Amino acid sequence: MKKYFITVYNIVEKDLLLELKSKEVVVSMLLFSLLVVIVFSFIFEPGAEYKNDLVGGILWMAFIFSGVLGLNKSMLNETTGGNLNALLLAPVDRSAVFFGKVVSNFFFLAVMEAITIPIFMIFYNINIFGHSVLSAVVILMGTYGFSVLGTLFSLISVKTKTREVMLPLLLLPLIIPIILAGIQCLNIYIKNGDITESYKWLKLIGVFDVIFTAVIFAIFDYIVEE
Amino acid sequence: MTSKLIKLDEITKKYGYLEALKKVSFYLERGEFLAIFGPNGAGKSTLLKILSSQTRPTSGNIYFDGVKLADLPSDFRGNFGVISHQPFLYENLSAEANLRFYGKIYGLKDISKKIDDILKKVELFERKTDYVRTFSRGMLQRLSIARSLLHDPDIILLDEPYTGLDQHASYILSNILKEQFENSKTIIMVTHNLNRGYDLASKIAIMKKGEIVFFDDKVNVPEYEFEDIYLAKVS
Amino acid sequence: MKITALVDIVTFIAVSVAIYFTFIFAPLEAQMGSVQKIFYFHVASAWISFFAFFVTFVCSFFVLFTNKYIFDDIASSSAEIGIIFCTIVLITGPIWAKPIWGTWWTWDPRLTTTLILWFIYVGYLMLRKFLDEEDKKAKFSAALGIIGFIDVPIVFFSIRWWRTIHPNVLQQGGGGLAPDMLKALLVSIFAFTMLYITLMIKTATVKHLFRRYEKITSDR
Repeated sequence: MKKYFITVYNIVEKDLLLELKSKEVVVSMLLFSLLVVIVFSFIFEPGAEYKNDLVGGILWMAFIFSGVLGLNKSMLNETTGGNLNALLLAPVDRSAVFFGKVVSNFFFLAVMEAITIPIFMIFYNINIFGHSVLSAVVILMGTYGFSVLGTLFSLISVKTKTREVMLPLLLLPLIIPIILAGIQCLNIYIKNGDITESYKWLKLIGVFDVIFTAVIFAIFDYIVEE
Repeated sequence: MTSKLIKLDEITKKYGYLEALKKVSFYLERGEFLAIFGPNGAGKSTLLKILSSQTRPTSGNIYFDGVKLADLPSDFRGNFGVISHQPFLYENLSAEANLRFYGKIYGLKDISKKIDDILKKVELFERKTDYVRTFSRGMLQRLSIARSLLHDPDIILLDEPYTGLDQHASYILSNILKEQFENSKTIIMVTHNLNRGYDLASKIAIMKKGEIVFFDDKVNVPEYEFEDIYLAKVS
Repeated sequence: MKITALVDIVTFIAVSVAIYFTFIFAPLEAQMGSVQKIFYFHVASAWISFFAFFVTFVCSFFVLFTNKYIFDDIASSSAEIGIIFCTIVLITGPIWAKPIWGTWWTWDPRLTTTLILWFIYVGYLMLRKFLDEEDKKAKFSAALGIIGFIDVPIVFFSIRWWRTIHPNVLQQGGGGLAPDMLKALLVSIFAFTMLYITLMIKTATVKHLFRRYEKITSDR
């Protein structure tokens, strides 16, 4: 048991060390998320009343699209040089290796989000935390779910002939519940709606996160075994 | 505890209907050095994958010291060191950081000392803090060997380790293998290089189309005859 | 007579009978007219596509746990057939919707979930197409087959909650089906099930034979 978490920790430590030196994953994600934020602003006139209806969605789109990019990059670092195979050969729980990557990816995504959000708030002149700190909660919960499924499918995608293209194709339909719930929640928080309405969406994301963590924990060893 | 360290009992491996290994059986005692020769597609790499538990056999059993591989805990993988074409290294970390990471993964104690020792053995001690991406091919290979042997495995599996190795690295590898053999490690090496393989081994096997077609102690195989035997068996 | 030939014959008869039931036996619906008759094949297709993906889901577990390729053959065949029926649902839905509600697409929860389902299983087939190694193909698509199927109810609920915020679509009531209509529906479902079985037997057999062919040619 303890060994499981130690393995997860070692993987995360290594990934953070790597990223600290190369900064490739977070920087490319960040540039792309900012681009999305800016490009999407052309959808409406600045200062329009209805913009508050749309900004929650735009923020999530920025996270999702740049997240896909980051996941690909992160998994590529692991598979060039065959490192993933080496880890699967090691005397550690294979699913621990997987969840180590999930946690690392979660950190990278969170850093990208933490930098994107203030810039987003400046561009759109809106404070997403103004009415509720739950905005942060829903973003983190959604990011975790995205990371869990995203890490699995980035591993699967990187072995295909079409690599980077395969990940969004497989991942986007699956994370629709997160996208929907995330946008609904942010809309409620941004427009100062009834917070109790957001609880069922938060529960949905929570259920999503728990179910897929459990399912992948159960089947991961069988997926990577040859 | 029997002296039979590794025993394969009718190991078959099928990928769909393709039979990569057909009822392969042999055993190896502790401290033996087995060299496996054979043409491409003979199933040599598949055999190594099964031994290192990267792959499960379709049927048949492997026993380590009399215990079925399937019954052994996953810790058991710590007894293997695998050297293959893939370097298993992170480019953006230093040599030391790479080894430290794998040392932690393998649960080693005294990691710093072990890192220093192994780096000296592969003659990379001076490059300890340099980033792997700055290494030449030969250095990469030597570091890769260091990584595989850091945890002092009892069983060393090598899949054509000399391929693309420069002179210096080949020399170091041969020395290391001789030293490991003297320390009673069990070694299985797949190689195309008849001379080198013959030189290092204590047991010789030849594979063809998923089967072992020759298996004997080296003492029974005179060096000048070996090449002829090989050519006869594989054609 | 071989079992498979018998199945083929039963299927042919069942589909013919279903056509009769749909167009002749079932009464004309009062409000919607003949367009409503799409309903029988639309609903039958929806049931079969879900059933097909359920088969893929179950077989995916077997693929992962038993490593036997026969389950992979069944899982992938079922997904291929499921996609066909899923496509039928997505085409017949709008054809029905346009004359009735004046719009091709209504973001109805069931139809939208079917659309997402379609994408998930197209992803499944694309994944298989772009993976070379047989064992990775089997295991990775099994992972998707399991996760995709578990996701579908979650997707359905999330879309349904989303749509209840902006209800501007008439949800079709399930009740109030005339007895003759119900009979026609059941006949259609039976016919489509037979169609599924027929296609499944043929598709899985072809895949199985192909693997044997590969072995023979590789043995040389």
